[in-house]
Amino acid sequence: MKRSNQPIYWSLFGAGGMLSALIGPALVFITGIAAPSGLLPGLMSYQHILAFARNGAGKLFLFLIVSLFLWHGAHRIFHSLHDLGVHAGTLAKLLCYGPAFAGTVASAVALLALGF
Amino acid sequence: MSSQESRRGGYVRSMDGWWRRDPFFVRYMIRETTALLVVVYTIVLLCGLISLARGEAAYNAWLAALASPWSLALHALLLAGFLYHTWSWFLIMPKTMPLMFVDGRKVSPAVITGTGLAIATVVCLALVVAVKLVAP
Repeated sequence: MKRSNQPIYWSLFGAGGMLSALIGPALVFITGIAAPSGLLPGLMSYQHILAFARNGAGKLFLFLIVSLFLWHGAHRIFHSLHDLGVHAGTLAKLLCYGPAFAGTVASAVALLALGF
Repeated sequence: MSSQESRRGGYVRSMDGWWRRDPFFVRYMIRETTALLVVVYTIVLLCGLISLARGEAAYNAWLAALASPWSLALHALLLAGFLYHTWSWFLIMPKTMPLMFVDGRKVSPAVITGTGLAIATVVCLALVVAVKLVAP
């Protein structure tokens, strides 16, 4: 029997879903509301975030956030297509998982380009 | 449906707006929509990451965009979406995780959901406090 590749997708979905459920609201509040409105002055300054992204743990954190969130969203959107009357075929699969893959690569390239 | 039936053009109930027929389906659709909001937020973050790699000017432009009223309004919507995602994630967790037993008794769904939500609340508050402490 041919082995299914589904477990890979749903484990990425599960990991991203769990991570975003645990820290997502705090992240959105910090980066999207508190920091831009001046509640956390200097937190997201260029120097501060650059130092964070050059730190090994910070790099790993940023990579996991971006990649797992994207795979979570892609998988869930792909499996909702049928409910919206869209055929979930190969093209739809490419359009859902493709950007998640591209975003994963883009985040890795950006993080590596920043150096250590 | 066989080809014989389809040629006769029998009654086929329309599935348009099926999810509006039942509040349960409406909640399901809202839950699935949070995936779209998660993706939007991640794209914002990815833009920040790429601009960070491109240099200080690009990064500061991204920061300035984040401070616009449009961005703040968007993030308020995203926050609502993420909160709903957290809520629904732990609400369905008793159904998505393997059965759990403590002292030979099945752990009740309410305990699983409550524990998950409590942990998420603590983690989120801890993260905000930690960030406040490290802010220069």
